[in-house]
Amino acid sequence: MAVKNFVVASFSDEAVLFPAVKKVRTAGYKIHDVYTPFPVHGLDHALGLRETSLHTAGFIYGITGTTTALSCMSWVFNSDWPMNIGGKPHFPLPAFIPITFELTVLFSAVGMVLTFCYLCQLAPFVKKHIFHPRQTDDLFVMAIEVTSKTNTEELKSFLASVGGQQINEQRAEAGWWYGSFAKDDRLFETKRVEAVNA
Amino acid sequence: MKDQFVVPARLKKTSFVLMGIGLLTLLIGIFAFHGEHGSARLWAGLLQNSSFFLLIALASTFFIGATTLAHGGWQIGFRRVPEAISMAVPVLGGILFLILMIIVFGGNDHIYHWLNAHHVHEDKVLSWKSAFLNKGMFTGFTLVTIGLWIFFTIKLRNMSIEEDGWDLSAATGRRIIWRNTVWCGAFIVIYTLSVGSTTPWLWLMSIDSHWYSTMYSWYTFASTWVSGISLIILFLVHLKRNGYLPMVNEEHLHDLGKFAFAFSIFWTYLWFSQYMLIWYANMPEETAYFQPRVWGEWRPIFFLNLLINFITPLLYLMKRDTKRNYSSMVFISILIIFGHWLDFWQMVGPGTYGHLVFPWYEAGLGLGFVGVIIFLVTNNLAKAPLVPKNHPYLKESIVHHT
Repeated sequence: MAVKNFVVASFSDEAVLFPAVKKVRTAGYKIHDVYTPFPVHGLDHALGLRETSLHTAGFIYGITGTTTALSCMSWVFNSDWPMNIGGKPHFPLPAFIPITFELTVLFSAVGMVLTFCYLCQLAPFVKKHIFHPRQTDDLFVMAIEVTSKTNTEELKSFLASVGGQQINEQRAEAGWWYGSFAKDDRLFETKRVEAVNA
Repeated sequence: MKDQFVVPARLKKTSFVLMGIGLLTLLIGIFAFHGEHGSARLWAGLLQNSSFFLLIALASTFFIGATTLAHGGWQIGFRRVPEAISMAVPVLGGILFLILMIIVFGGNDHIYHWLNAHHVHEDKVLSWKSAFLNKGMFTGFTLVTIGLWIFFTIKLRNMSIEEDGWDLSAATGRRIIWRNTVWCGAFIVIYTLSVGSTTPWLWLMSIDSHWYSTMYSWYTFASTWVSGISLIILFLVHLKRNGYLPMVNEEHLHDLGKFAFAFSIFWTYLWFSQYMLIWYANMPEETAYFQPRVWGEWRPIFFLNLLINFITPLLYLMKRDTKRNYSSMVFISILIIFGHWLDFWQMVGPGTYGHLVFPWYEAGLGLGFVGVIIFLVTNNLAKAPLVPKNHPYLKESIVHHT
């Protein structure tokens, strides 16, 4: 992956964030990502992200589960080990339906969770740069990539004009790397110690 | 902003034509089906259609009740649509009550076998059931349920219209929410105890009077509820196409589509639960119900029912885009209503006239009832403003986003 320069701004409220996102995009700056403490309705549209294809993946996992269940059970009860259960036929479809349904749900649920983690690059020992320690707590953080055309000072004053706070420049890895968050500084603990001493 | 619906002349004409078709079919039916066995089809067709269309109109009252109790705000923008549909309940309830009374007191027993006193006396199962399945119980229960449905439907509608004359203060808002919650809560209790339990037993399940299923009422409820949602979608799209309800958009349609999708699957779940237990236990007194339907003449209808009411909505409504498109929602709504009409047909037909026939008579009556519903609903839509302007959740509905 690549190390890039970013200009980072924080917003205190989604009501400020939304128009800011719109204005930043209209001005032609390239938004790397926006980090929010909770899922914000319509932010993906405002950012111009394409519609996710996670549900298509889910459908494919689902029909894989259906096929697995039906083929496995019919193989077992027809060719591998045919048994007479209560005089029912060897391919008792109604009796197969609950298990087919459950495997469909299981495959699509587990598959979609794993695909979601993959798409968001969420996994153990995958580490990413954190632009602001409060970005998953109570601040809306916008990271804008500095390209060769970007005038950094202009961008900073522009961000301030649309309501951004704590505007700073950061040079960081844009992608992910092997590592663990467990070894990071525990900012919340130092904060608590300070509070006790004061 | 067009806030007051005016019934288009063409739609009015259509409703009269449909009602005419219904009446004509009924007249032909009276001449075609008479005598000892013939009149079974005459009354079975009337019973099937009137109970189906009454229950899908009543589903709109349930829609208002359920969304109000859930403190839903998204439906307020088009709340007058289910309200107007629910106002068909008094008329359709009256029609069904009349039909049921003629069936019960008309002296024939080919719809309900438990009406025949001699037959009941000979039959151990029926004489054991006669404490519940008798004329007095049937009449009393029908009268009470239809009466209560009409009372609550009119009450909820009148409250909503009355609130238009109030003001927009916070205290008024609280009062609106409070009294709607109370009345809807009482209605939901009545509705569950009738549609979710006893009413389908008496009206429909007692046709096959030896047989019983504890899933039957929920299954009937699911059928009429998903059709009721589809009916709301159809009227909503009609209003949108004519430039009414500007604040209702694809977001609301999407949510109604999700309801149609979810409850199509819910219907299948209940359908299958009823079928599989009977299939698995394989007891003669229970499989008797499915014998003519799965292995008899009704086999094509049985599978068509599953195809239209489960496979098609499942695959069709799965995509987000189809739920947000007006034309595609009209198509699937009509298909769902037709599918559940077919479901009611195969619930009533085999136990009454037995043979699978081309349903020209049933379909003609169905069109007549569609005409009645269009006529009543459009007239009721025109009676009040299309937006309940003082409802405190109206803003929530306008900014709604799925």
